[in-house]
Amino acid sequence: MSVLEFTATELLAELTVGNVSATELTRVYLAQIEQNDEAIGAFLNVDAERALTQAKAIDQRRQAGEQLGLLAGLPVAVKDVLCTKGWTTTCGSRMLEQFVPPYDATVINKLKAADAVLIGKTNMDEFAMGGSTENSAFKKTHNPWGLDRTPGGSSGGAAACVAASMAPLSVGTDTGGSIRQPAAFCGVTGMKPTYGRVSRYGLVAFASSFDQAGPLAMAAEDVALLLEAIAGHDPVDSTSANVPTPSYTASVREPIKGLRLGVAREHFGDGLDGGVDSAVREAIKVFESQGAIVREVSLPHSKYAIATYYIIAPCEASSNLARYDGVHYGYRTDEKEMLAELAEERKTLEEAGDRAKLEAMDTSLVRMYRKTRSEAFGPEVKRRVMLGSYALSAGYYDAYYLKALKVRRLIREDYDAAFKDVDLIIGPTTATPAFKLGEMNEDPLSMYLQDLYTVSANLAGIAAISLPCGITGEGLPVGLQLQAAPFEEEKLLRAAHMFQQATDWHTKRPR
Amino acid sequence: MSDKPYEIIIGLEVHVQLQTQSKLFCRCSTMFGQAPNTQTCPVCIGMPGALPVMNRRAFELGLKTAVALNLDIPKFTKWDRKNYFYPDLPKGYQISQFDLPMSQNGWLDISDPKGGFEPKRVRITRAHLEDDAGKSMHDEAAGKSDSRIDLNRTGTPLLEIVSEPDLRSPQEAKAYLTELRLLLTYLGVSDCNMQEGSLRVDGNLNLHINTPEGQVATPIAEVKNMNSFRAVERAMAYEAERQYEVWCENKIKLGDSPGGHKTTRGWDDGRQVTVKQREKEESSDYRYFPDPDLLPVIVKPDEVEQVRAELGELPAAMRTRLETTHGIDPYDSDVIVNQGRELVAYYEELATSTRDGRRASNWVQQDVLRTLNEQETSISEFSISATALAELLKSIQAGDVDNTRAKDVFDEMVRSGMSAGDAMAALGIEKVDESEAEGLCRELLEANPKVVEDLKAGKTKAVGSLIGQAKKRNPNVNPGQFKDMCLKIVEGM
Ligand SMILES: [Zn+2]
Repeated sequence: MSVLEFTATELLAELTVGNVSATELTRVYLAQIEQNDEAIGAFLNVDAERALTQAKAIDQRRQAGEQLGLLAGLPVAVKDVLCTKGWTTTCGSRMLEQFVPPYDATVINKLKAADAVLIGKTNMDEFAMGGSTENSAFKKTHNPWGLDRTPGGSSGGAAACVAASMAPLSVGTDTGGSIRQPAAFCGVTGMKPTYGRVSRYGLVAFASSFDQAGPLAMAAEDVALLLEAIAGHDPVDSTSANVPTPSYTASVREPIKGLRLGVAREHFGDGLDGGVDSAVREAIKVFESQGAIVREVSLPHSKYAIATYYIIAPCEASSNLARYDGVHYGYRTDEKEMLAELAEERKTLEEAGDRAKLEAMDTSLVRMYRKTRSEAFGPEVKRRVMLGSYALSAGYYDAYYLKALKVRRLIREDYDAAFKDVDLIIGPTTATPAFKLGEMNEDPLSMYLQDLYTVSANLAGIAAISLPCGITGEGLPVGLQLQAAPFEEEKLLRAAHMFQQATDWHTKRPR
Repeated sequence: MSDKPYEIIIGLEVHVQLQTQSKLFCRCSTMFGQAPNTQTCPVCIGMPGALPVMNRRAFELGLKTAVALNLDIPKFTKWDRKNYFYPDLPKGYQISQFDLPMSQNGWLDISDPKGGFEPKRVRITRAHLEDDAGKSMHDEAAGKSDSRIDLNRTGTPLLEIVSEPDLRSPQEAKAYLTELRLLLTYLGVSDCNMQEGSLRVDGNLNLHINTPEGQVATPIAEVKNMNSFRAVERAMAYEAERQYEVWCENKIKLGDSPGGHKTTRGWDDGRQVTVKQREKEESSDYRYFPDPDLLPVIVKPDEVEQVRAELGELPAAMRTRLETTHGIDPYDSDVIVNQGRELVAYYEELATSTRDGRRASNWVQQDVLRTLNEQETSISEFSISATALAELLKSIQAGDVDNTRAKDVFDEMVRSGMSAGDAMAALGIEKVDESEAEGLCRELLEANPKVVEDLKAGKTKAVGSLIGQAKKRNPNVNPGQFKDMCLKIVEGM
């Protein structure tokens, strides 16, 4: 049995007893990347030397008898939205193609402190906006289960690299479903923790009140391991929750007796793929066979979730992305060209004697802003910046932003009410399995509907996990979503582990 | 007070840099005058992924000021983003407070002891916190198209204090600013240095013009770039006259379209005129919304009461107290209080130990302040303590030295650092023995029969020439005593 079939938890045991060194393990994964990533395209940046240097240092410390961190030599892939000191962080955007952060994100600091080996930065939709990773400015990522399929997004690279055994652990981010939908599409386990559970410091913001980093891995146990390493209160993130972090690895194997599962009618509506529907219903039966009690719950406002999300998130994005203006860092338009263009325009207007247009002409500063942002942002980013700027404008604010905030609160109240009666809400992660690359290029709205089942958790700030629960007739994985009340990640992990003890969907690998 | 056919309406917006060690949302130093871009970090230069954390101390200073300005402190306040593009604004937005500021509805009383205007209560709309932008330095004058940006100031805590349009003259505007600055200095929340930009003023002005059809309002102008209180006074006076002239010409009223909207003008100190400024591209709509990176701030009522209890005595109360306790005039209390808490303490020690508030006030205002000015120093560094000066004033009270010679003693004390007694000894000043003084008096009267005649005729002024002669013979002669003695002797002749 190849090392590559081991879960991270199993690998950690091998590392600890010395059956394999961090260096050896890192080499195995680097070789796997070398061999497969040309076809998959999960990574934007792999720095073998950096990874091996880290791995060697960890091995030396182990040999010296030092106490190692929680991840003690396990390779971890990181979505390219988390700032890494001295290591390019692009967010999948031309805007930050050359951007080398002078600091590490708190998540990166924690990974380093846990003695993880940072193996590479994974591909993503530009600024995490999208559901297929096709919005990356640099490359497409292919789904290891079918190379003509999308891995999902925005954390497409993060999910694909685990599915293709190019990393045992991976950190993604989830703003509207960006960990769970790719996890579902790629047949891996991925969690969006409660908003505030994992520090956002150094996570390049898309929508600040939604963004949350979280783990992707083969099994719930592994997710527990990685979450334990990256979770915790962070004084430099004001929105980080000051609550203790439980030991997820200690509790993940404890089954939940009398687990109360809620099924929301709203999760089984029109458009739900038949294969997905039957796989999810089967999964519910598995839980029932383990003694779970299933009852119906209602999330009446979830029908407004997509609309609400696509108001608030773009509003925040329009402001968060204002800093990319070509002045201080990142991409800037060619200044000579720009000045020549302005001079040309001025000349033409002067010759035509068009006073009004001359007066209204851009200053060179404004033109620099326009050109820089036009050239370096992709169409989806521009679309959302425009949506957000519009919704925040005087005269529209109340009708859009303020209204959306009110609905957001109602969605949260739906969950509060539901979690009075049940421990977890169970349903599909996505309505369909992975769709074909290019399939939704001309249709941003149906791409937005990808978030249908996932986005409510971000609106409500609750925790949710996606785990594999079947394979469709086309041979594509199906994702099961479990949602829990805030800071109930333990329940999610324990229930997911229960399921993975009874089934082997999570061990299935693409050929 | 004006003979002009209009009333001037002024409201002021004051931005005050709060004196904290570190910036409002990061831990960079706020020290002024460091090399450009050396006091920055990922947070204040708006690096991707960097997040703000509120500086508690800055909020406390804001709270202190708000309470001192009689503002109401709501229990709940939040942070909003004010979005606009400018090179010295690296995040693309300023973190400010929009619809729920930390304080609102207060006032500041102003008056003029010289009687230039009636005492008045200026209402304050609100005071809120925000982070400062950086500084752009344009090199266009030098023929370059480059601008340079210094982000050291970016993120420095600012308190924006907005008054209602309650000011009716440039003098009132200046008095408001002076009183506000004094209050801020007393609170120790800002150094209020206008040259370094720690206090900045924008003035909104228009006119209410009396016409046969009733009062009409002229379009409001917001005047910026005023670098001193004098500049504010002059800019407001200029702008009032300018608006009147423009109105006489075009009769455009506030709100008329076109031309009746608010405009921005800059004060040109060299030419002493206000100049229309180019409107900022984005100024029309800042797209304010709550900053999702920061939590709202909850202020408990007992926290406010604690701040109120710890404010200490503020200028207005202090003036009244000096007037009643030490018997000085409003004019004098104003001069002393305006010099700051330390000078007031100095004055009070002097007044209390000499039990003569007026004499103490005169000495402090004339001699002490003059010397401080000459030495360009402050009262805390002044070489003569209140106790030392009190010794000199007591010598005057005891008749050991006259007021004129006491000035010499004071100068000697300043020069040498000696005590009053030592300085008097060094200058050879000692009290003239009574019998010696009488002898001198008789001698001079004998030698000047004409004077004796005049004195007998009731022309007491004639004694002046004798005093002059006596002082030549013995500089320590006390003129008052000598005069009394002469008159007594002549009476007995
Ligand atoms: Zn800073």
